[in-house]
Amino acid sequence: MRKVSVIGVGQTTFGEHWSLSLRDLVTEAGIKAIENANVEGKDVQALFGGCMASGRFIGQEHIGALMADQMGMNPVPAYRTEAACASGGVALRLAYMAVAGGMYDVVAVGGMEKMTDVSTEDAAVALAGAGDQESELFNGATFPAIYALMARRHMHDFGTTEEQMALCAVKNHGHAVHNPYAQFRKAITVENVMDSGYIASPLKLLDCSPLTDGAAAMVLCASDKAKEYTDKPVEIAASAQASDTLALHERRSLTGLHATEVAAKDAYKQAKIAPKDIDLLECHDCFSIAQIMALEDLGFCKKGTGGKFVEEGNTDFGGVIPTNLSGGLKAVGHPVGASGVREAIDVVRQLRGDAPAPVQVKDAQIGLSHNVGGSGATVVVHAFKKGF
Amino acid sequence: MWRNIPERYNLLGTHCQTCGKYYFPMRRVCPTCRRKGKLVDAKMPETGKILSYSQVFVAPSGFEHETPYFLAIVELANKATLLTQIVDSKADVVKEGARVELVFRKIYEDSPEGAIAYGYKFRVV
Repeated sequence: MRKVSVIGVGQTTFGEHWSLSLRDLVTEAGIKAIENANVEGKDVQALFGGCMASGRFIGQEHIGALMADQMGMNPVPAYRTEAACASGGVALRLAYMAVAGGMYDVVAVGGMEKMTDVSTEDAAVALAGAGDQESELFNGATFPAIYALMARRHMHDFGTTEEQMALCAVKNHGHAVHNPYAQFRKAITVENVMDSGYIASPLKLLDCSPLTDGAAAMVLCASDKAKEYTDKPVEIAASAQASDTLALHERRSLTGLHATEVAAKDAYKQAKIAPKDIDLLECHDCFSIAQIMALEDLGFCKKGTGGKFVEEGNTDFGGVIPTNLSGGLKAVGHPVGASGVREAIDVVRQLRGDAPAPVQVKDAQIGLSHNVGGSGATVVVHAFKKGF
Repeated sequence: MWRNIPERYNLLGTHCQTCGKYYFPMRRVCPTCRRKGKLVDAKMPETGKILSYSQVFVAPSGFEHETPYFLAIVELANKATLLTQIVDSKADVVKEGARVELVFRKIYEDSPEGAIAYGYKFRVV
């Protein structure tokens, strides 16, 4: 297999884009990534785009062709991947495989979602399709409720508190203040979270990532050719993915994602690294409890200690493992198909030294991105290494 | 959905006679034994205990009028698990470890003149 590098990144601002359609968003992100990569459109040999539920949200399928068409890339082959909220991470992994396997030298990867054209109730139904339609959604389970069931059991087994969960959201909002692409560039307090009202107890409004419109894109290149385009390539040191049961209730544990453990172990082996070697993490905090479980399942702290680990400041800027310096899904926003790519982009920015100055990790060498589909039925982990 | 879904009305699941494990809802392949698994339909026990619960305040379409309602993951007496609503129970008794029993209930209706979906819910004993 060949080594693969990221040579360009781009994204739209994340938020409620009332006047923009899905095609506007993905085209803007794609063109920004191609310009950032310093490639010509004709050099890009294939497109991979993650999108979860465009059929539900805007009545549009055939997203691969839509991307190629709108970006003027015809007749290159174009693919859409769907793995719920891991659609973007899966697109990145497939693009990586296509270049690593020698099929292509230069490809573009996108992630996108347009979520605010429908009511909140209809959006909840679309998102609940990430779980098991017949045994979860049928019984009235929303996605916040499914994560709430994990949170409640985590509190029961390990003494995790609602305040510790709230702190994840508070810290992520604090980081997003510096991120020009974030949906919520506003600091919040633990009291704000605690007073924000239950969506599905014990999770409150401010424990939950929002509905967001947005797109993110990157350009990948065979590492031996990357220097033709950029002085600052970032190598993909590992690409790993794992699957688990669609329904939460059939998992071996309610307090962690086994697929995260499996994917992380594989990624660490591929990159020949351990958690202690990693300089920063972008993890999938669709709900505050998800960040606590991710820190445990990725091996940054022992099972059950994630809440305390966050409370002690280990995930802060300057901490043991600075986490979600972008603001995470909570504050950057969570256009579901886009987030897997956006997480990777924010790791790449850190390794290039292009992150906002107040949250730029000094001399960052290795970063990890973690993308979860549904309640953990798909998990994608990528490790990135500074390549210059 | 008009398809006949026996697990919803009779709490039918699957028993793998090769490894002994029970599954709910029904499966066509035992994830452990795969093609070596000998699967038979199995009536699930009608009692179990709550492993985790949540009170839902913001519902998806079709459940707006039910809020707030309790959801729980229940472990049945044969170790199979399921996600279900908890009804007919005071809020302070819905907790981890609480014993629950099966009740047959309306789940939702498509529309005022549409099909009514029935299925399983549980209540604290």
